[in-house]
Amino acid sequence: MNPYLPFPVRIDEINIATEDKSLKTFKFIFLNKDDETKFAYQAGQFAELSIPGKGEIPIGIASSPVEKGFVTFTVNRAGLVTTHLHKMKVGDIMGIRGPLGNCYPWEMLEGKNILIIGGGFAFTTLRSSIIYLLHPDNRSKFGDINVVYGARSPGMLLYREELSEWEKRDDINMHITVDGTDDPDWKYNVGFVPTIVEQKAPNGDADTYAIICGPPIMIKFTQPVLEKLGYDHDHIIMSLENRMKCGIGMCGRCNIGKELVCKDGPVFTLNQINQTPREY
Amino acid sequence: MKVIKIDKKEWTSGIEQVKNAYRVFGPIKEENKEFSAFKELGKGVTPDLSATDTRLSPKGIIFPQSEAMFEFTTDSTSDDCNLMNVPEKDYSPRAIVGIRPYDAAAFTLVKKNFDTPEYRDNYWVDAYDACTFIGLAVSSPSILDFSTSTKSGPFDETGLDVLLCDLDDHFLAKVISEKGETFLKAAGFTNIADEKDVQKIDILKKEAEDKIQSRVFFDKIQSYSILDIYEANFWEDISFACINCGTCTYVCPTCWCFDIQDEMQGKTGQRFKNWDSCMFPLFTLHTTGHNPRGTKLQRVRQRFMHKLKYFLDKYNDGIMCVGCGRCIRFCPVNIDIRRVCDTMNSFEPAK
Ligand SMILES: Cc1cc2nc3c(=O)[nH]c(=O)nc-3n(C[C@H](O)[C@H](O)[C@H](O)COP(=O)(O)OP(=O)(O)OC[C@H]3O[C@@H](n4cnc5c(N)ncnc54)[C@H](O)[C@@H]3O)c2cc1C
Ligand code: SF4
Ligand code: SF4
Ligand code: FES
Repeated sequence: MNPYLPFPVRIDEINIATEDKSLKTFKFIFLNKDDETKFAYQAGQFAELSIPGKGEIPIGIASSPVEKGFVTFTVNRAGLVTTHLHKMKVGDIMGIRGPLGNCYPWEMLEGKNILIIGGGFAFTTLRSSIIYLLHPDNRSKFGDINVVYGARSPGMLLYREELSEWEKRDDINMHITVDGTDDPDWKYNVGFVPTIVEQKAPNGDADTYAIICGPPIMIKFTQPVLEKLGYDHDHIIMSLENRMKCGIGMCGRCNIGKELVCKDGPVFTLNQINQTPREY
Repeated sequence: MKVIKIDKKEWTSGIEQVKNAYRVFGPIKEENKEFSAFKELGKGVTPDLSATDTRLSPKGIIFPQSEAMFEFTTDSTSDDCNLMNVPEKDYSPRAIVGIRPYDAAAFTLVKKNFDTPEYRDNYWVDAYDACTFIGLAVSSPSILDFSTSTKSGPFDETGLDVLLCDLDDHFLAKVISEKGETFLKAAGFTNIADEKDVQKIDILKKEAEDKIQSRVFFDKIQSYSILDIYEANFWEDISFACINCGTCTYVCPTCWCFDIQDEMQGKTGQRFKNWDSCMFPLFTLHTTGHNPRGTKLQRVRQRFMHKLKYFLDKYNDGIMCVGCGRCIRFCPVNIDIRRVCDTMNSFEPAK
C-alpha cells in the first residue's frame, strides 16, 4: 500500500464553528465505502487533509470512532492550505490520508478518573474523546470525568450545542469558561483555564489522569497548577504539534530528539516530554 | 566464496551487453565539469572507474532529488477531478556500477527509515529492490575517508552484490549475492579466478585499510543521555561559522529528509517528493511563525545529534554516517564531523 496515497472523500457538510468564522467544521464521506473501514481510528489520532494543487495539512480527527459513516475535522484558517479549504464547497472532492500517529492511551485509562483540559481550537480531539467516553458501551469503563474548556469569548467556543448537552448530564462534570464576556446571561465561568483548573479540578492521585490540549501559553500556566493539585508528570498526557509533511515518520522534520511527533506521538506524557529536547 | 576474473579488455563489451538487461548507472566525468557524477549510461558509455569520489553520492538513483509521487487534474469537468494517480514508474532492473562501498552501506542505513514495520515508502523501496550494486573497492582512500570507523571500509561488502577489485589489467569480482551473480552472467563475465588471485583481495584490503589515518570514536556517546549532550556548552562553538547552506546534507549519502510539494501547470498538477535539509529554517517553521529550530545553533545541533546520537540510540546499530568525508570536503567553512564526533564523545557532562 502506498502510504502517501490519500483516500478520496467528498465534502458532505461545512459548518462555521466560531463567531469570527476563523474555524469551520468539515464533514467528509469516503467515496469508496471500504476506505472507511481502512480508516479505523481512535480518539487522539490525526490525518493529513490533502487538497490537490495546494498540499497537505495535519489535522486532529474531531469525529469519534463511535460515530459511523463520516469523519469530521475542525480547521482554523491560517495559511495556504487551510485558507483554500475554507473556500471549498459541499460536494467538492479531496483526500484524507491516515489515520496517523498514536491516540490517547485508552486501554491504560480504563478504570481511571479523567480530567480533560482544553483551550481555544485545540479542543477537536478532546471532543472526539468525550464522545467516545460518553458512549453507552464505554462510559462504565471509566471513573469520574471532568472537563475544563475555555475560549476567549462565548462565541469562540467550539461545539456549543454539544457542550450544553454535556452540561445537563450527571456522568460528566463540565467547567466551561471564557476569558471575558459582556453577555449578561452567561451562566458559566469567567477566567483563564489555569485558574478554573485550580478552582474546579479534582486532586491528582494514582487513579486520576489529566489530558491537556491547548495553546502553548495555556499549557505553560496549567502545568504548575496540576503539579500543585498533585498530578505526577506521568499522569499528565499532552498532544504536541510540529510542522509536518509525511506524517509517517520519514521526512525528518517533526522530531523532538529521537521521537517523531507524527509517528511516536502526537500524544506523550509530560514525563516522556521532559526527557526530550522539547523542540516543538 | 566465488570470485570472477574480468580481463579489462572484456570490460567495455560486457558493460555494453549487460545494458540489454539493466539500466546501468555509473560515475562519469561530463565535459566541462570539474566533478564526476553518477549518471545513467547510454549506449557506448562505460563507467569511469578511475574517477575518484563523486561530489554527490549516488543516492539520487534510488531517491531522486525531485520525484513525482502523484499526478492529478483539478478540472471539475473530468471524472478524475482531484483524484491522485501514481505516474508510470520504471522499476525494471537497474545497476549501479562503480559505487563505493561506503555509499552502498549508506543505502542500508537509509533503508531503516524508508522500510519500517509500520510503513513502506514504495518509491524508495521499489527502486532499491530493483537495483543491483556493483561496488568498486577503494584501493587508495582519500585523506578524508574515515569509513573504517563507521562499520564500512574500503573493501566493505555491506549492501553490495558484487565487489570489484582493480588489479591493473583485470578486475577480480567477488560475488556477494545471487543478484550479483545474475548481473555478472548477463555481462558474460564467467571466468572463475584461481585461488592465488583470490588471496590477493585480502592483501589489497589490508593495505587499503592501513592507509586510512582518520578515525572517529563514538563509543561513549551512547552512554550519555540525549539531554546531557543536547545541553552541552560546545554547540555555540561548533555552529559558529556555519552559513546554513545545506551542502553537507545534499552531498551526504545518508541524509534522507524530504519535503512534499504540489506543482500546477494549468489544471494538471503533480505532487513531488523533494530533498530537503534540516539546515534550512523553513524546515520546521510553524504557520504561527513559531519555529522550534529557528536558530542556526539549533539546526546544526539537530544535524549532528540526529547522525551521532538519535540514530545511534534509536537503532542501536552505529551512527548515521559512513565516513565518506564529503561533508568535510565541501563545507565552505570547514566544519568537520570528525571533530564534532570527537567533541561529543569526549565531553564530560556536568554532574
Ligand atoms: C497533530 C496535529 C494536529 C493538528 N490539528 C489541528 C486541528 O485540529 N485544527 C487546526 O486548525 N489545525 C490543526 N493543526 C495545525 C495545522 O496543521 C496547521 O495550522 C496547518 O498545517 C497550516 O497549514 P497552512 O497550509 O494553512 O499554512 P502554511 O503556513 O501555508 O503551511 C504550509 C505547509 O506547512 C506545513 N505546516 C505549517 N505549519 C504547520 C503546523 N503548525 N503543523 C503542521 N504542519 C504545518 C503544512 O504541511 C502545510 O501544508 C494540527 C497540527 C498537528 C501537527
Ligand atoms: S556545509 Fe558547512 S556551512 Fe553549509 S550547512 Fe553544512 S555545516 Fe553549515
Ligand atoms: S555525514 Fe559526512 S562523512 Fe558522514 S556519510 Fe554524510 S557526508 Fe559522508
Ligand atoms: S512529519 Fe515527516 S517525519 Fe514527522
